[in-house]
Amino acid sequence: MPDPSQKHQRREHALMLALVSPALLVILALIVLPVGWLAWQSIYHDGFTLENYRRVFTEDIYWRSFALTFEISLAVTGIALLLGYPVAYLANSVPKGWSILILSLVVLPFWTSVLVRAYAWLALLQRTGVINQLLRYLDVTSEPLALVHNTFGTVVATVHILLPFMVLPLYATMQKIPSDLMQAGASLGASPSLTFVRVFLPLSLPGVLAGCTMVFVLCLGFYITPELLGGGRTVMVSMLVSRNVELYNQFGAASAVAVVLLLSVLAIFFAVSRFISLDRILGQK
Amino acid sequence: MTRLSPARIALYVISALVLVYLILPVLIIAPISFSSARFLTFPPPSFSLRWYQQYFSNAAWMQATRVTLTVALLTVVIATPLGVAAAYAISQSKLRIMRVIHVALLLPLVVPIIITAVGIFFLYAKVGLVATLPGLVLANVMLGLPYVIISVLAGLQSFDPAQEMVARSLGMNRLRSFFAVTLPQIKSSVVAGGIFAFISAMDETIVALFISGGQYQPLTKRMFTALRDEIDPTIAAISTLMTAASFMLVLLASARQRKGA
Repeated sequence: MPDPSQKHQRREHALMLALVSPALLVILALIVLPVGWLAWQSIYHDGFTLENYRRVFTEDIYWRSFALTFEISLAVTGIALLLGYPVAYLANSVPKGWSILILSLVVLPFWTSVLVRAYAWLALLQRTGVINQLLRYLDVTSEPLALVHNTFGTVVATVHILLPFMVLPLYATMQKIPSDLMQAGASLGASPSLTFVRVFLPLSLPGVLAGCTMVFVLCLGFYITPELLGGGRTVMVSMLVSRNVELYNQFGAASAVAVVLLLSVLAIFFAVSRFISLDRILGQK
Repeated sequence: MTRLSPARIALYVISALVLVYLILPVLIIAPISFSSARFLTFPPPSFSLRWYQQYFSNAAWMQATRVTLTVALLTVVIATPLGVAAAYAISQSKLRIMRVIHVALLLPLVVPIIITAVGIFFLYAKVGLVATLPGLVLANVMLGLPYVIISVLAGLQSFDPAQEMVARSLGMNRLRSFFAVTLPQIKSSVVAGGIFAFISAMDETIVALFISGGQYQPLTKRMFTALRDEIDPTIAAISTLMTAASFMLVLLASARQRKGA
């Protein structure tokens, strides 16, 4: 004879599953199913085939595009870390009012559409744009510099968009470092720079890892910025996917590229999750 | 302690420069949108509203604006209850599979958006949802769900489920006790989650590039196409309006969240 409390528990479980199922259904139908389909399409065309993957790994355009995407993502991550660390450090070491101001300035652009920011960078960097006008006014250059429609423009705008993803986890981690430790270091006779290098820097590394992961992974899949600011020459993986679909109707090839990109992203998340929890990385988005 | 060392001064200078780099592009749009010149020139030759006029008098831009607002509103109306129900179940249930479901519900944040976009395009092509309003709304519901779930879960963390138990022991049924006891206390994070879903739908571009067409093209898709072809200051006017709208919404959401905390 079933125990009434057990019956109650079963009803409770059923209710909770019923509550979560509409949302789960949407996710399954619109992300799990389509991505599964992509994976299937990449290996099946009138029978099983690895032709698409062979092309991705051997043909020059694909290979170059993957290499370029990883290079740009590495560069963007490095620059974002160099620019973001001091800002996060400053926000952490000033009185509360100031740190709120600094963090607001960091997240302000975060809430501006990516398209708006792409437009802004075009207006700033183009041949007749603000930067070039200023440089010529100051007699630094006589010819307008090619600042946009190339890799440079892509990197400048991409760092701009991804920087908040670096600063926020850095700040969150730094905030948890007890200031007593710095004082202890100082009281033991260490100079501020030595305390920073030996105590603060190592303790902030989880934040560095979280920020770098997020920026790197987001950059791998970036589409709008390289498309608008890269001038057609900086072909990142995402553009390869879209061109194979829109221009060449190469669905198998597009799918294979997408699967390789997705597997790279998942591999990175998996590797990093062994050091810090995924919540910590995704929590900032 | 607070003596200004060279390292400290360097920290101030570098941080100030980085903040200027972050803010300047956001601020540069407004002067372009109010200038009469076709390109940004300093000082602007004269003040003008011509780009705003051009936006408001253009039928294609207006249609795109209507599509964007409709999609964003419908997204909120659908994603918010689904997200609240899911977040409630995740926080209350002791089922082990709920942890897997929780991760699955955050997938839209993990999968690169270009892959999601192409995947949905293939799916929609099969079922005939390309270039339709329901297709656009559904995709944005999926993309907005994680924002609602994260926000509501944060709100539920500071809520004591025992209160709902008390209401039920006093004779309310589950549904009534949720609406009478729980919902009012997490209202702020529900509203904040809804606002984030709205902003996400308003800004979404990449999925729309693949699946929208004909008369159901949102603002972002038309802006993207316009930006690829030429730099038209009408976009500066639209950008200024969009930026103002999302800032107001963010302020509203964060005021809400602070109230909820």
